[in-house]
Amino acid sequence: MIIQALAFYLFALTAIAAGVMVISARNPVHSVLFLILAFFNSAGLFVLIGAEFIAMILVIVYVGAVAVLFLFVVMMLDINFSELREGFLQYLPIGALVGIILAAELILIFGSWVISPEAAQSIAAPSAAPSELTNTHALGRLIYTQYVYLFQAAGLVLLIAMIGAIVLTLRTRPSVRRQRIAEQVSRPVEDVIEVKDVPTGSGI
Amino acid sequence: MNLAADISIAWPEIFVAVTAMLLLIFGVFQGNQSARLISWLTVGVMFIAAVLVLSSHSGRTVAFNDLFVVDAFANFAKVLLLLGAALTLILAMPFNAREGIPQFEFPVLVLFAVLGMMMMVSANDLISLYLGIELQSLSLYVLAAIRRDALRSAEAGLKYFVLGALSSGILLYGMSLVYGFAGSTGFDNLAAVFAAGDHDGAPIGVIVGLVFIIAGLAFKVSAVPFHMWTPDVYEGAPTPITAFFAVAPKIAAMALFVRVMLEPFGDLFEQWQQVIWFISLASMTLGAFAAINQTNIKRLMAYSSIGHMGFVLVGLAAGNETGAQGVLLYLTVYLFMNVGTFACILAMRRQGRMVEDIDQLAGLSRTSPKMALALAIFMFSMAGIPPLAGFFGKYYVFLAAIQAELYTLAVVGLLASVVSAFYYLRIVKLMYFDEPLDAFDQPVGKEISTIVIGTSAVTALFILVLWPVLGSAAIAAATLFAV
Repeated sequence: MIIQALAFYLFALTAIAAGVMVISARNPVHSVLFLILAFFNSAGLFVLIGAEFIAMILVIVYVGAVAVLFLFVVMMLDINFSELREGFLQYLPIGALVGIILAAELILIFGSWVISPEAAQSIAAPSAAPSELTNTHALGRLIYTQYVYLFQAAGLVLLIAMIGAIVLTLRTRPSVRRQRIAEQVSRPVEDVIEVKDVPTGSGI
Repeated sequence: MNLAADISIAWPEIFVAVTAMLLLIFGVFQGNQSARLISWLTVGVMFIAAVLVLSSHSGRTVAFNDLFVVDAFANFAKVLLLLGAALTLILAMPFNAREGIPQFEFPVLVLFAVLGMMMMVSANDLISLYLGIELQSLSLYVLAAIRRDALRSAEAGLKYFVLGALSSGILLYGMSLVYGFAGSTGFDNLAAVFAAGDHDGAPIGVIVGLVFIIAGLAFKVSAVPFHMWTPDVYEGAPTPITAFFAVAPKIAAMALFVRVMLEPFGDLFEQWQQVIWFISLASMTLGAFAAINQTNIKRLMAYSSIGHMGFVLVGLAAGNETGAQGVLLYLTVYLFMNVGTFACILAMRRQGRMVEDIDQLAGLSRTSPKMALALAIFMFSMAGIPPLAGFFGKYYVFLAAIQAELYTLAVVGLLASVVSAFYYLRIVKLMYFDEPLDAFDQPVGKEISTIVIGTSAVTALFILVLWPVLGSAAIAAATLFAV
């Protein structure tokens, strides 16, 4: 138990510290790296509550794809981040005010939160008891049986997104020279290399 | 229920999905020169899908663990939207070849949009509703922007995308509230929960969620006050795409709207009736008054479509069986009038360039009398002049409103209909009584002339097919109240 508690505080504190660093780091590349650290620590927290599937998805999707994409964007685009950050102090009071109001509302809501007794009955039992199955098994059993229609429909939506991205952005440029490896490799030597007999002391 | 039975129930959708993917692969290998072939194949696929829909048994069946429902109502709407999509795709082919939209993805995206619409009208769960809407909308965003080098097309696509994403967010927010307070997303479960609840009113969270869902769906049917995107998108998108936007997605979204209101939320009628009442009234009024000043015929059609959606919503606000029947009848009529009018708009070309100004129609009766006659039929029908199709659509929704004792709505609707007659008749006046300009380019092409003749014949002689359509609309409407 004590090890779990220690691990929880370690992950939680590192995640919060990394989160603070994301918005306070001067260098945007450092910000993205801290973001990745925050993702890893949140994944650790998910493992602690037994949601290992979400933990792995967090690492794969957010660290593997989203954060790397951010990193590329930050490095490729010529944005002066220090200019963007000017006026941060100017807006700090109003930002802090909005934040405090939101926090107060959240505290009020969660302080008076009551779950109605009927709600517990109307929740559909999702699958077998969690102790019998791993998360991945349980999700797979639901997605590929009960919700197979939605799963396939979501797949089609993603296909449309892909078609749309290609239709709207792909341009064929006839002037671009592409590598055709098969053609390049299969060229006979005679076509490519010409042996010239150069007389000594004169050019070609 | 096992998977094989599920598949046999959703067979038209699965057929459309599989052929859409096959056509996509075919297009990728064949390149853009196959666009015309793929377009015709897509029309064929829609035709076969309509036959499959018609041949399925008419009783109410659910599939995929109650996520998907097939009943007479869904089948009626599916046949309508397949017909609308096929006709507009046929109209699009010569336009695309001429105006430089060579992409073979065009028909494939139309087919995927149609698949999304079929899933929408067959949704029996909030999640399948949402996925259907997204599948449809995402295809439509791309189609609006498909002329990516034209500034207005790109603007239309971007505007539609941003506002559509906002409305999807609103819809999802409402759905999550309903799920949180009612404990289920399935329509059958929701209906059972609300039927069992005390009649002093559902939990306030459900009401708030319901209002958000109505807002999201009103955006999809472009009802006031969620109509702002319509004129800009209609004007900016390529004309055949505008025709498609004006017909198939409206039919699907309206059918979905009616199902969501009457099936799961049927017992909350008192709560949603006032909201529908207001958006219906506002749509009819704005559609009538805002169209008066328009000079661009596509913008005029956008406001006209907003007004028509207001009339359709009168049937929903009535909340009875006659109302649902009137909605289906109105949508059928709307399909033929709109496809025909857009076919005429596509024929408005002078020296190889599309013209979109209403003034350009001046004296059309002398330069091309047949097209003027057809357009006059559509305009009279939209205004609701008696022997034509539009009259019957209006008659049945107002009949339902009178039965439900919504006298204010019926009176305002009739007044709005009189005001809108002004701008419909102005087009007729331009065509028949003004000095002619140069003739439009001839010939207009086989596709356009066939569709104009067909739809104007249906619009003019609708009284001959009125009873069969009314009969199947009645059967379809009855299934919504039988649950």
